[in-house]
Amino acid sequence: MSSSSSNKYSILLPTYNEVQNLPIIIWLLVKHMNESGHPYEIIIIDDGSPDGTLEAAEQLQKIYGSDKILLRPREKKLGLGTAYIHGIKHATGNFIIIMDADLSHHPKFISEFIEKQKTGDYDVVTGTRYVGTGGVHGWDFKRKLVSRGANLLTQILLRPGVSDLTGSFRLYKKDVLETLIKSCVSKGYVFQMEMIIRAREKNYTIGEVPITFVDRVYGESKLGGSEIVQFALALLYMFATT
Amino acid sequence: MTKLMEWVLAAGALGAIWLALLTNTVENSLVKDHFKLLLLSPIIFVVLFGLFSLALVLYRVFTFNNCDEAAVELQKEILEAKEDLKRLGFKFKE
Repeated sequence: MSSSSSNKYSILLPTYNEVQNLPIIIWLLVKHMNESGHPYEIIIIDDGSPDGTLEAAEQLQKIYGSDKILLRPREKKLGLGTAYIHGIKHATGNFIIIMDADLSHHPKFISEFIEKQKTGDYDVVTGTRYVGTGGVHGWDFKRKLVSRGANLLTQILLRPGVSDLTGSFRLYKKDVLETLIKSCVSKGYVFQMEMIIRAREKNYTIGEVPITFVDRVYGESKLGGSEIVQFALALLYMFATT
Repeated sequence: MTKLMEWVLAAGALGAIWLALLTNTVENSLVKDHFKLLLLSPIIFVVLFGLFSLALVLYRVFTFNNCDEAAVELQKEILEAKEDLKRLGFKFKE
């Protein structure tokens, strides 16, 4: 299997104030990626966290080696899309994995993403909380209601062919991710939804893997009115333009 | 074609059929017998669709997987990771 052994996976980890989570997520990533045997690198993109995330990352780089852990910090918070572009520039893998550093996404699913990608040569593989064994820990009734309601509305209006649009645990072919980021205009939380809608629009193939999502162990998770308004506007924008 | 255009076209086509039946452009005894039902049919359809959606959302909320095992497993792994990282010389910030 020379074709599969030449694959390399670059894991992009944008961070902001994740000093408590970063060592744990890196430890888990190293453990599970070593077990799976796939070549990989982890690129930490810290946006000038004041809590010492970068110092923690430097310690981790010393422990695990600069071939496994790459540090590509930026001066200040500049948004997710540009963080990915910044990370891709330094990525040596032909596949890119994006995930959150707050422990809500478990690295054990990455090998499932990789296997799924191989079964259909998918351009994108996305984790889904809404299908099969997927799910969410730590959400109350109201949060689940908003999430399920927003999801159904999106399914009706956009018919995206993907069950989880706002998830941010995904695997992309490198050139596909570059193309998609360039075609996206949204910022923040709705950026992930636009990415997957643009992928569908461009006829990229998308695979799905059920994931469990454990809401932030350390730190605050938020779902306020402004997130809902942002989502509604993005949904209408996608509805009218794609 | 955008999703908005698809909706406008589908609504326009259905609306045209509805209006044609309502104004008796298409001669039909069935329409005469059930005129009131036909007149109200768009509202009935929207209400039924709304109720169906509400039931579906509630069903999905109550069957939303809680992933309790995943959370317990993660807590164990966090402790394991901290032990191992300390052993490797990592200094945690207090």
